[in-house]
Amino acid sequence: MDTVTIINALVSGLLTGLVYGLSALGLSVIFGVIRIVNFAHGELMVLGMFLALLLFRWLGLDPLWSVPIGAALLFLVGYALQHFVVRRVAYLPDHMQFLLLAGIAIMLVSACLVAFGPDAQGVQLDYALDSFALGSLIIDKVRLYAALAAIAVASALLLFFKYSPTGRAIRACADNHLGAKVVGLNVDRLYALTFGIGAACIGAAGCIILLLVQVHPYLAPPYTLLAFIVVIIGGMGSLFGALLGGILIGVAEELASIVGEPSLKTAFSFALLIVVLLLRPQGLLGRAVR
Amino acid sequence: MSDLTASGRAALIAFAALLLVLPWVVSSYVLSVAVICLYLAYVGQAWNLMLGFAGLLSIGHALFVGLGAYASGYLFAKYDVPPAIGIVAAVAIAMLMGAVIGYLGFRFAIGGVYFALLTIAFAEFVRILLEHAKFLGGTQGLFLPVSQESRRGVDLINLRGWPEMYYYVILALCLGAFVLCRALLESRVGYYWRAIRDNPEAAAAVGVDIFRFRMYAVVLSAGMTGAAGVFRAFYDNLLFPDQVLNIEKSIEITLAPIVGGVGTLFGPIFGAFVLTPLSELLTDVVEGLKDLGIIAKNVKTDGAKLLFWGLAVVLIVLFKPTGLWPWVCRRLGLVKAPGARS
Repeated sequence: MDTVTIINALVSGLLTGLVYGLSALGLSVIFGVIRIVNFAHGELMVLGMFLALLLFRWLGLDPLWSVPIGAALLFLVGYALQHFVVRRVAYLPDHMQFLLLAGIAIMLVSACLVAFGPDAQGVQLDYALDSFALGSLIIDKVRLYAALAAIAVASALLLFFKYSPTGRAIRACADNHLGAKVVGLNVDRLYALTFGIGAACIGAAGCIILLLVQVHPYLAPPYTLLAFIVVIIGGMGSLFGALLGGILIGVAEELASIVGEPSLKTAFSFALLIVVLLLRPQGLLGRAVR
Repeated sequence: MSDLTASGRAALIAFAALLLVLPWVVSSYVLSVAVICLYLAYVGQAWNLMLGFAGLLSIGHALFVGLGAYASGYLFAKYDVPPAIGIVAAVAIAMLMGAVIGYLGFRFAIGGVYFALLTIAFAEFVRILLEHAKFLGGTQGLFLPVSQESRRGVDLINLRGWPEMYYYVILALCLGAFVLCRALLESRVGYYWRAIRDNPEAAAAVGVDIFRFRMYAVVLSAGMTGAAGVFRAFYDNLLFPDQVLNIEKSIEITLAPIVGGVGTLFGPIFGAFVLTPLSELLTDVVEGLKDLGIIAKNVKTDGAKLLFWGLAVVLIVLFKPTGLWPWVCRRLGLVKAPGARS
């Protein structure tokens, strides 16, 4: 194994990792504000992937162009989920909320299974095999585009939270639920918006990742766990942490797949999750006090 | 059974009598469904011990089933060790795994949902390891030798015989688990568990050793679930990591107690006997609709069953988070009102 292989793997992992990061951003936003662990995360992402697949089949739309559509539709799904379902169980203990979302996750997977069947399906793009060469460094065109799209969506999200009045109001809810109510914010609406925004992120990530992988319903549970790993490494609720965690996991997976058997790379991710849970449950960038 | 009303006592006796004579009055298909019911009731009881009694959510319980199944199955297939002895190894390994997860989780103070994630991570990690373990068959599966003549008679040492024998074995396990859980709930340990579940800080403040009693719950639940693995191994006679330790199997284990009532003694049994026939019925209906051409042939029947499970969990958490059993009990007046207890 020479340096070029390693550097190529690093770059490729970095680019894929940005897409993981964007998806995990959705999980992190929802947890950071509503304090609910969205166990249906991977299922929402697979929903976004199937949507992009359908748009590609019907209209020949490049998955990158379906990003806004996927984000908008998933926003509605997330908004509805919080407004009609999750909000009603806020009084229940954490584990019951977790089980509720697990139930929703099962329903989404099986609905996809009934609608699309269990086989892997992907899109064929004319630039799928193109690449840019920088000396001996080779960058896949799709991977680069995917990473750029992920950066664009993530930046939009970060700017929204930093500068827009709604974004500030949502941050206020996250910092102090009671205080936000006292100053007259409509917390219920803001929570639904937050779930919608988180789901929109996940939907965008789903559309983008269809460039890189083929979609099938059983992809959902591994994606849920992958996002948990990313977010727990980066710190639950920390937005930059999610992106950083995504990049770390992307790079680690690429390196693991050139070193050992590719199927073992998932085992590696789970081992990493166990270690991080034990040593730094607040994540690398998370706050130590809960 | 002093807290049962007259009708409650009658219902219990009728249910027990029905379970005892079932193999003689129903077809072999219904019997196989009953075995699934009892199996899910048993593992549900074991899972409920952790969440319902001690407040610890596990979504990786298929791990313990898998360890028990693989331990006893491997010993039998490779060294001819009968399951009557293999079960000791199976339960021991499952308990050890439970102790490892519990020790790490509680020593490092991993609370609530993070503990559930830890159980998932361990289950998935072991599943992938098993898929790479060549001596256990890997993804090719582990087959237990079984001959035609061994499907007749009653051989409890080797767990071979008529389908009816399997039914009575799992019924006995179920009954044992029920009696054990009932005794535990009435004991000092049971009160400590519920104190820890309802308010860990307060329990610790009055001197309950939270770590120790949580460990008891995990280890006991893991051991009971490991024994279920032995039953599975010798009932199915072939084991695939993907089918035994899959996260879907872990979720399946949680269904009966959630629907029946988390923390109740009879909830897991009630939940299993409500859910399993319904999902079997649904499977038949979907297959029938396919034959009639109302549903497309390529629709996965499994998908419809999963959809039903998911819907059941969502509806229960939304509308009856304490489960169906306490509600049924009240409605039918099977249990005396609290306070009226003699």
